[in-house]
Amino acid sequence: MVKYIVKRILFGVLTAFVVATLTFFIMNLVPGGPFLSEKAVTPQAQAAMEAKYGLDKPLFVQYLTYMGDILHGDMGMSLKKRGFTVNDIIRNKFPVSARLGLLAVLVSVLIGVPLGSVAAYNRGKAVDNVIIVFSTAGIAIPTFLSSTLMMYFFSVKLKILPSLGLQTPASYIMPVLALSLYPASYIARLMRSSMLDVIGQDYMRTARAKGVSTFKSIFKHALRNAILPVVTYLGPLLAYLMTGSFIVEKIFTIPGLGSEFVAAIPSRDYPLIMGTTIFLACLIIMMNVLVDIAYAFIDPRIKLK
Amino acid sequence: MSEYLVDIIHEKLSFFTPAGEVKALNDVSIQMREGEVLGIVGESGSGKSVTAYSLMGLTADNGKIIGGEVNFNGHRIDLMTEKEIRKIRGKEISIIFQDPMTSLNPVYTIGNQIEEAVRVHGDKTKNEARERARELLTLVGINEPDKRLKQYPHELSGGMRQRVMIAIALACEPKLLIADEPTTALDVTIQAQILELMNDLKKKLKMGIILITHDLGVVASMCDNIAVMYAGEIVEYGPLDDIFYNPQHEYTKGLLKSIPKFQEKEYSKLVPIEGQPVDLLNPPKGCPFAPRCESCMKVCLEKKPERTEFDNLGGYTVVGMKGKHYSRCFLQAKKEFEMKNGEVKA
Repeated sequence: MVKYIVKRILFGVLTAFVVATLTFFIMNLVPGGPFLSEKAVTPQAQAAMEAKYGLDKPLFVQYLTYMGDILHGDMGMSLKKRGFTVNDIIRNKFPVSARLGLLAVLVSVLIGVPLGSVAAYNRGKAVDNVIIVFSTAGIAIPTFLSSTLMMYFFSVKLKILPSLGLQTPASYIMPVLALSLYPASYIARLMRSSMLDVIGQDYMRTARAKGVSTFKSIFKHALRNAILPVVTYLGPLLAYLMTGSFIVEKIFTIPGLGSEFVAAIPSRDYPLIMGTTIFLACLIIMMNVLVDIAYAFIDPRIKLK
Repeated sequence: MSEYLVDIIHEKLSFFTPAGEVKALNDVSIQMREGEVLGIVGESGSGKSVTAYSLMGLTADNGKIIGGEVNFNGHRIDLMTEKEIRKIRGKEISIIFQDPMTSLNPVYTIGNQIEEAVRVHGDKTKNEARERARELLTLVGINEPDKRLKQYPHELSGGMRQRVMIAIALACEPKLLIADEPTTALDVTIQAQILELMNDLKKKLKMGIILITHDLGVVASMCDNIAVMYAGEIVEYGPLDDIFYNPQHEYTKGLLKSIPKFQEKEYSKLVPIEGQPVDLLNPPKGCPFAPRCESCMKVCLEKKPERTEFDNLGGYTVVGMKGKHYSRCFLQAKKEFEMKNGEVKA
């Protein structure tokens, strides 16, 4: 087990290195630069700024310098947010997004898993059809639509929920719901199909033959067997939701990492693009390792080697 | 309460599928005493398993009993709700399935699954249940029970898993054990061990057993009576020796002919029963076996034959467990009629 985890972490470092390298060169292939949008910049001033940030050097030298810095844990200064290091930005913004994201994942699982199970158990009946319709709608409706609709009804019309910020616990309700709509629906569908598979298994018949109640046979015997696909999905989901959603953060005015991530790209804030990308990559790698470890706990047949 | 543990009277059961009504059981009657071992033989789809499953309400959702009575141990199974039947399942009637590789839940330990069966009925504590699980494993001949209780199904061999399934079935000392092809998925040496174990347990626990199989060798080793099923009907029923040494129905004869004979020195071909099994969506009007029967007569295609009873042979069966030998075939009915009339003339 320990050997397996060490191995996975070493592979993870390699993956992160590849991601960093690819991102660095692809990012520099895109035309434009960080100082082009500034008004009336004299060629001298631009050259001076590029020299200051080392952008005048050959690309490969820049790459080596960047990789050297990052090995020391220094992701550089943001080019647009003067005076902030990329480390600062991630340190300040990540907790906000992470809290929101974790809550959204929790809500998605708590809604998706039972809904999917109930649908599978009532296959072909009215309950099943209703759940299928809602989960399909949940996947199809874009976040910006569900967010604005919620805001219109709950904040503007009914005036029961705050429309921006995260000051009170009530402010979390709408952003979390907006974030969990898609994953909850997706989990419900995943759960339904894997549950259908499990319900037909021989050991479910054994449970019934023992005289076990329907509820217990579903939630003890079937759930643990059917949950693996959901756990697989949870790995990347956790990483994506914890790094924040640009749309939800914009709509509800939340100071999270997601908006930084997206805003960095058009403004060619090279260190911030690199920093957020590497951070997301590392998070995904970590979550996948966690998922693999969770596998071994859920299904004793899976041995980590 | 009737004198029988199992008393199925003219049971009719159909599966309602999108393609139509599949008449799986057509007028099945079975009587069985406490402690008796009944073998049900027949080819796939003949209704062996459905008959037994309907005794514990385990038929698939679209299967409905549409006629007759199913009595078990004083309960009218066909009139009970799922909730009521659940109280009987695993307590008064248990089942072991064909494939022990898939019949145990892969994510829980053997101990957990046996204890569950112990604790579902009655109010045993966790420790009592564990003690009982250990006892059961010893009973079914598994060594090192303490170690096994902590193991998962995938860590045990097929034979061992079938023993565990038997332990689960015996958890509450049922009056009737249904064994649905318990040895089909096991290799031959293990088959013999499992059969020996079941024979042992039958003597020790004095429970009734319904043994479903298409292996006549398995039946011969432990049954008191045998019911031969074809197309949802019992075409012949009788004590073991009668069925083996004095088979009456053409289908039973065909079955017995199709057993490979290893004692014969010369190479001989197996004799199959020609033709295809009946389509139960559209069962024939007459005798279901008529289209495949070598001695088929006109009447066989038109009318269903009634029971013709025969005198039992002597031979070995447990005293008091012997059923009345009968078959459903016009040939026998005809023979009997001719004999009677001949006697009148003479």
